[in-house]
Amino acid sequence: MGLFTRFSEGLARTREAFREDVNLLLNRSPEVDEDFWDGLEEALIMSDMGGYSAATIVDKLRAEATRKGLRSARDVLGALNDQIAAEFVEGGDDILGGEGSVVLFVGVNGSGKTTTTGKIAKQAKDAGRTVILGCGDTFRAAAIEQLEVWAKRADVEICARERGSDPASVCYETIERGEQIGADLVLIDTAGRLHTSADLMRELEKVVSVVRKRANLPVKLVLVIDATTGQNGLQQAREFNSALDLDGVIITKLDGTAKGGIAVAVAHYLKLPIVKLGVGEKLEDLKDFDAHEYAAGLLGDFGE
Amino acid sequence: MFDSLQDQLQEVFDDLRGKGRLTEDDIRVAMRRVRMALLEADVSYKVVKGFVTKASARCMEADVLESLTPAQNVVKVVLEELTSLLGDTDARINLKQGKHPNVIMLVGLQGSGKTTAAAKLAYLLKGEGHNPVLVACDVYRPAAADQLQTLGGEIGVRVYRGEGTDPVKIAKEGLQYAIDNLCDVAIIDTAGRLHVDEEMMSEAESIKAATDPDEVLMVVDAMTGQDVVNVVETFSERVDFDGVIMSKMDGDARGGGALSIRESTGKPIKFISSGEKPSSLEVFHPDRMARRILGMGDVVSLIESAVKVQQEEEEAEATERLRRMDLNLNDFLDMNRQIRKMGGVGKLISALPGGDKMMSQGQVDEHALDKIEIIINSMTKQEREKPDIINGSRRARIAAGAGVTVTAVNQLLKQYGETRKQVKKMMAAYAEEDARPGRKGRPKKGGKKGGKKGGSRGRRMGMPSVGGLSMSDIKKIQDLMG
Repeated sequence: MGLFTRFSEGLARTREAFREDVNLLLNRSPEVDEDFWDGLEEALIMSDMGGYSAATIVDKLRAEATRKGLRSARDVLGALNDQIAAEFVEGGDDILGGEGSVVLFVGVNGSGKTTTTGKIAKQAKDAGRTVILGCGDTFRAAAIEQLEVWAKRADVEICARERGSDPASVCYETIERGEQIGADLVLIDTAGRLHTSADLMRELEKVVSVVRKRANLPVKLVLVIDATTGQNGLQQAREFNSALDLDGVIITKLDGTAKGGIAVAVAHYLKLPIVKLGVGEKLEDLKDFDAHEYAAGLLGDFGE
Repeated sequence: MFDSLQDQLQEVFDDLRGKGRLTEDDIRVAMRRVRMALLEADVSYKVVKGFVTKASARCMEADVLESLTPAQNVVKVVLEELTSLLGDTDARINLKQGKHPNVIMLVGLQGSGKTTAAAKLAYLLKGEGHNPVLVACDVYRPAAADQLQTLGGEIGVRVYRGEGTDPVKIAKEGLQYAIDNLCDVAIIDTAGRLHVDEEMMSEAESIKAATDPDEVLMVVDAMTGQDVVNVVETFSERVDFDGVIMSKMDGDARGGGALSIRESTGKPIKFISSGEKPSSLEVFHPDRMARRILGMGDVVSLIESAVKVQQEEEEAEATERLRRMDLNLNDFLDMNRQIRKMGGVGKLISALPGGDKMMSQGQVDEHALDKIEIIINSMTKQEREKPDIINGSRRARIAAGAGVTVTAVNQLLKQYGETRKQVKKMMAAYAEEDARPGRKGRPKKGGKKGGKKGGSRGRRMGMPSVGGLSMSDIKKIQDLMG
């Protein structure tokens, strides 16, 4: 199966579900009336954008529609697409695509950090870069073994120590080894932790400060968020950002029916760019982010 | 982040003061706030709609409208309705007597916490006298079976991991393994799967058909958003699970998904899972969940988590010191660390009704604990053990070492002094109780037991002190917050 097909399959499902909703409301009311606005708000809420955000967007859009005299639903939805796309911040491509960098993947448990780290390693290796993986998750049972499988699949070197060892020193070693082999992309997986766990957040702060001190390449911190996450995703992003000063976000599991609306809220409040999108479990199920496409994934594509 | 519902409603009704009585319009305004609170808690849009209609109707009844404290009454109605929608406390696992083995199957999305939950369930059953076996049927995620094996090893539960990549075959072998090894319960951990993945969903059906489980549990992440309805409805159709384990409840997600699950599938939430410890699988309490969804603070759970942190700590020595009716600065430091383990002052305060508001208004210094630790770390061993020897020149040295002013050191010592006094008072009270007739004259063995009991009490009493803020102070704050 071609690369592109898998991407679009994942996103298509998201889009179809949304389009069904929006189509429904279009059929119900060809004109832009009260029902239309209510339905639109509902669709936005269902995308996990949040009640307040959805209400704000709808209000803004209503004002714009009145000002510009937008009569058809299609025009209004076009304006909405632009509005949502404008919330996203540029710069996501620079995080993995720059001259060289040390990237740490952080996030809550089960968000898909290890899988994402592995997929990025493969993609970068295929693009001709020298990659090394570091297993900073020394806590979860079998996390090391899991990343080792990914290292084999991607055919890149991995730096790991036994479970329970100090994650900061694993990172240190990884960077050291990376310099020896001339790696221009050092990817470090960290243990999942809830942002409410003060102890574990402190541990992570320490890991990051060790990495920042040791690394000669620029250090980037990427938060991995599951697309099925609801409003708590914003809280996660806030906490991780205030503790670590994040550089970007990756949204995973977009191959389900979850629409990943929380990404809009995260971009809006924290001004963090989106680095990649995860759309499946296979090695190649990693997609570049495009603001209009993402917004379209939420909006549905009426042009077809 | 957002004010709790009660504060919001209070605001609404404050505007209406002097109006004599509330009208239906007023209720409508209040219900809009309720609606928003529920949406922000990730309750499904459709469920919110139905709920608000129902709750509005109840609030329009005369006893609510005409009461002197309408805000409280509206909150009461909302809470009651939520609690009843969430169902009953029902954490029974349907195990059949005399069936060998009983089969429990776990299903869920990727990353929801199935493997962790499987181990916790095994631990729970083991504690109830069962002899469970964990069957590793996730053949997809790299090292998933290794993870289960490690967890099984940690809790002393057998793990069956088969050869090959056919989960149905492995599941069946696992049951045979259970029979051969006299295990009375087999817990089948399956791979995480997306509800839209046709192939994987029919695999789950096949595993179910092949093993005829007595209980199918679905593990759902408490942080899940609106999509939870799509997910659980499909799983319910395909594998017809019996109940739900809500995972990652140790985070600060409101967990509104619980309500959506209940409403859309009718299946009960049986357990909540919080944290990495094998013992952290708890019975689901609808009333607490309702308060959590509304962001009204969860004092009971807070106290429980405090007690748990305490019990998990090895601090026999500290207990001994408390029993001697004294505590030194090392104990004081321990206490503060325990509070930090519970999530720090911030979490402690936000778990109290109205606490969120205090936090957002900057009334709480989240870094107070850091300061305390730094100062105590700048003291010598001797000073920590015998704080009474800390004189003026020692204070100056400590202050310089910790990079704070002497005033800060004085403040800390004062806080410590207060806490020490409280502990003394409490311990004296308990010592008195211990000395009451009927407790005296026990044989030596019994006396030891009694001592242990007193010790555990001492633990509970000594614990809740937030840099001079005792549990009774917290209670006072809570009363003030109403």
